[in-house]
Amino acid sequence: MKHLRLYQLALLVAVLVFWYLMTTPGLIPPFMFENDRQAAFFFGEPLVVAERIGRWFFVEADIYRHLWVTLVETLLAFAIGAVLGLACGLWLALSPLASAILEPYIKALNSMPRIILAPIFAVWFGLGIGSKVALGVTLVFFIVFFNVYQGVKEVSPVVLANARMLGASPRQLLRHVYLPSATSWVFSSLHTSVGLAFVGAVVGEYLGSSQGVGYLILQAEGAFDINTVMAGIVVLTAFALVLDALVGRIERRLMKWQPRSGETERL
Amino acid sequence: MTVPALELADVSCTFVSRDAPGQRYTAVAGVTLTLQPGEFVSVVGPTGCGKSTLLNMAAGLLAPSSGQVRVFGQALGGINARAGYMFQAESLMPWRTALANVMAGLEFRGVADAREQAQDWLRRVGLAAFADRYPHQLSGGMRKRTSLAQTLAIDPDIILMDEPFSALDVQTRQLMENEVLELWASRRKAVLFITHDLDEAIAMSDRVVVLSAGPASHPIGEFAIDLPRPRDVAEVRMTPRFVELHHAIWSVLRDEVLQGYAQQLGRA
Repeated sequence: MKHLRLYQLALLVAVLVFWYLMTTPGLIPPFMFENDRQAAFFFGEPLVVAERIGRWFFVEADIYRHLWVTLVETLLAFAIGAVLGLACGLWLALSPLASAILEPYIKALNSMPRIILAPIFAVWFGLGIGSKVALGVTLVFFIVFFNVYQGVKEVSPVVLANARMLGASPRQLLRHVYLPSATSWVFSSLHTSVGLAFVGAVVGEYLGSSQGVGYLILQAEGAFDINTVMAGIVVLTAFALVLDALVGRIERRLMKWQPRSGETERL
Repeated sequence: MTVPALELADVSCTFVSRDAPGQRYTAVAGVTLTLQPGEFVSVVGPTGCGKSTLLNMAAGLLAPSSGQVRVFGQALGGINARAGYMFQAESLMPWRTALANVMAGLEFRGVADAREQAQDWLRRVGLAAFADRYPHQLSGGMRKRTSLAQTLAIDPDIILMDEPFSALDVQTRQLMENEVLELWASRRKAVLFITHDLDEAIAMSDRVVVLSAGPASHPIGEFAIDLPRPRDVAEVRMTPRFVELHHAIWSVLRDEVLQGYAQQLGRA
């Protein structure tokens, strides 16, 4: 479609205009609420939200510190969760005995709603960065773990036999066959796992912290400042989109050996 | 009398179904086959007669149920380190470039100038310009050439080939058959070549072994191919001696092919 971007932009503007019309006090007579300030109280006002964001970024410039904290938590949670998931996935996939013994426990841990661990982590690791990272790790770990496990199980037996015939020792098989195959599965789940690390960080902050974007939202909610809550949500969404775009770039760089559809050049 | 490069001494291979231990399938039984150093031997047989099983036992990927595999006089236990194996299916590591794939075996062995040797091999199979391509960016024929370079790069004394060209079109196939013959002639390694294509077997080999239909298949005929070398696989097919040999071998093979076919239909 030719004007795709235009239509997308028009949709956004339409939603914002609708929001503005419905919430600005005194603009149209109230039909849902008792007085004309209540809509703004419950749903916030787009102009105030925009102003709040502007102040965060340009006037007071205090959002960067919080964004930085959230980013650090997200990256740490992803890195630790991915490494642990990779290690455990490789180990269990290559050791039938261990996987047979641990299988029911892994199933149980995976089906447990792990967000509920947040209060426990807060007790264990305090209100600082540690408890948020721990929550993110529990979310990322299982995604990576299952993907690696699958990846190792689905290594082509011919590729494996070929590597053995070429003289690979068990160690070299791990390094040159299992690991690349498993990491390709990790990268294919990169979007999901980075997204979950982010969820872990924000939810952790929201449940108790002293800095981070989740903390800002928690503070504003305590003061019934819906505009700031909305502003926080907008910032988080934009941040998540940027993060996702970055992951996409990294993925394309690292996975250039994988065939992509439509890889023909148009003249 | 020199020591044979490879000896299968009365080997059998029986597979037991993992789900139902009572179900057994004997793929090959009582196979005795020797391969002299520098000899090019083809094994032909009907589909599903256990040709690949035979090769896997020679490679050490599969232990025989009974009998013994000997490599240069020594009993084989584990992987056959003196053999190179060219598989029928795609066997390149998709995350390595063509060059890195050819390098793999040398790298595993800790050869110092692995890169130079691999580049040399890529040049020999005509892929010098495609060194940094990934397998999915190569055509089927190029992937087979890369596999060939990968197998030959480790300089094996025995080369095992499992229908290496069966997935290629006829033209590419004849080109590659000639290339393999040329490479073989310059190095004179022992080659055990599995194929279902009798023309290919005769055109390339010193000796053709015919396997019976499975189960429990075993050699039922052996033919020395006395066509002069060097051969061109396309031209040699026109010679009267080739036609004669083809006729002789086919008369043995035909019944087995029909029998194997009937069994497959019955099993399905």
